[in-house]
Amino acid sequence: MDILVVLEDNHGSLHRMSKEAVAGAQKMGGTVTALAIGGNAEALAGELSDIDLTEVITVNHRLVSSYNADGYSEVVKQVIESESYLSIVAGHTYQTRDYMPRLSAKRGIPFIPDIISFDADGFVKQVLNAKLNAIVSTSVETFILSFQSAAFSDEDLIPGSCASRPFEVNLDASMVRSETEEPFQEDAGDVDLESAELIISIGRGIEKEENIPMVFELAEALGAEVSASRPVVDSGWIESFRQVGSSGQTVAPKLYFSLGISGAIQHVVGMKGSKNILSINKDPDAPIFEIGDYAVVGDLLEIIPKLIEALQTEKNS
Amino acid sequence: MKIAVLIKQVPGSESPLPLNSTQTWVDEAQVTYTMNPPDNYALEEALLIKEKVGDGEVVLVSLGPERVKKVIREGLAKGADRGIHLEEDSQIETDPLSIARSFASVLQDENFDLILTGLQSDDTGMGQTGVLIGEFLEMTTATLVVETKILNGQIRIKRELESGWFQWVKLPLPSSISIQSGLNTPRYPSLKGIMGAKKKEIRVISASEHQSATRAQAIDQVFVPQTTKKTEVIEGNADTVVARIVEILKYDVKVL
Repeated sequence: MDILVVLEDNHGSLHRMSKEAVAGAQKMGGTVTALAIGGNAEALAGELSDIDLTEVITVNHRLVSSYNADGYSEVVKQVIESESYLSIVAGHTYQTRDYMPRLSAKRGIPFIPDIISFDADGFVKQVLNAKLNAIVSTSVETFILSFQSAAFSDEDLIPGSCASRPFEVNLDASMVRSETEEPFQEDAGDVDLESAELIISIGRGIEKEENIPMVFELAEALGAEVSASRPVVDSGWIESFRQVGSSGQTVAPKLYFSLGISGAIQHVVGMKGSKNILSINKDPDAPIFEIGDYAVVGDLLEIIPKLIEALQTEKNS
Repeated sequence: MKIAVLIKQVPGSESPLPLNSTQTWVDEAQVTYTMNPPDNYALEEALLIKEKVGDGEVVLVSLGPERVKKVIREGLAKGADRGIHLEEDSQIETDPLSIARSFASVLQDENFDLILTGLQSDDTGMGQTGVLIGEFLEMTTATLVVETKILNGQIRIKRELESGWFQWVKLPLPSSISIQSGLNTPRYPSLKGIMGAKKKEIRVISASEHQSATRAQAIDQVFVPQTTKKTEVIEGNADTVVARIVEILKYDVKVL
């Protein structure tokens, strides 16, 4: 099977999930080629020079020097039309979600998104807020796949070597209808969640803003950083730079201590690499328990003050 | 400003989800349904845009069996002007391309300036219908939008990127935009709205009028995920639980 992995530029370097996508594609078998688009295409290709790929195709055209959905979907379309790839693979990133459906509609080929694994029966995708898994199959030869964060590991990349080859695309200004401004960051905080060893993370189960200080007290007693799931950030109870999940940060601490987080997939993708996961939730069926090492079923508002007390006693002993 | 909002009816987050006898989806008879929460934000954004622009029409479009009329009525009660129901025989359609073709075939004659969708559905979570329709109808597209501003013949949108990054993009109308959840506070229907909704039009398009025969992808089977991890369940009163947590922190995770 001939696979084309479309790479993503993450502020000048190769997106973590692009490496995972290459690892997943290699696992699928057959020949794997990568495609890098934009002003940094050569640099991105360089990051894969010691990986077993047929080649990295690079496209650098002024209309796609930075990302736009019109241009990117057209570029991938032209590349796959000139060669004969059967599957197009990418990480299930925000960018992939933005333009891959355009390619799907342009070519009439299905886009099977957010895959966590595959076998002979088909591709496995989480459905119904990750409470069930579905096996998705396709009846056609050519299709697009995107892999969920951490579905595959860049540690499994097959080493080798590959060269890059520039590809001439045929784009004119009328094809790119959008005017795109520079990306920017809002309130970047000084909390470094990505390198934190201990993280206490709060979800909707914290119930109200008045309960937040208690969590910071617990964090102080434990020497942990505080993060949160999206609903808590959306409520304005905590700063957005503390958000963990698909729209926030990806963390992998020694201990992820979750308080009142149900475990929606959008959150789980940001923390499932944690070494130890300890969760408190009053719902015994909360999906977060499925991925956890320790599942405490109980009322966190009752447990937290007692735990703070116990930790202080422990410290003084 | 003529705005279409695509709304889907999905199993509620608290609903039981027993598998059906063929294990191809959940047993519909035991499921309680709700409006897909992300679509509720798209609807609110449409109503806000209409209010700001001062005139226009908000049209709800939903695909599914008879039961989806309930979410169309709910949206009409919140202030949408009329509804279109694309009837569907099967319990759930899982091929995004054929879903998008159905919508596109019905929407193309209406000449909408804007199509708004939620970022993804809480059931199959394919997250692509709005963009597919946009491409089929030659509209501009954008996803994960957290702010909208209507300009003359254009829309300026703020896209959410990953890890706290954002980007402003200007697109010519017509445009199909998928909305990120949490960008507004969806309203509740007023009593007057609920009464008025009964008189609003819901156009019904039968399955044979919009469905195409081909299916490129399908859900063959669903199953309850097996945990590979061994999870220790800790129950009991708060004191028992706290004592165990301290032990874990001390001896297992070794952070005390």
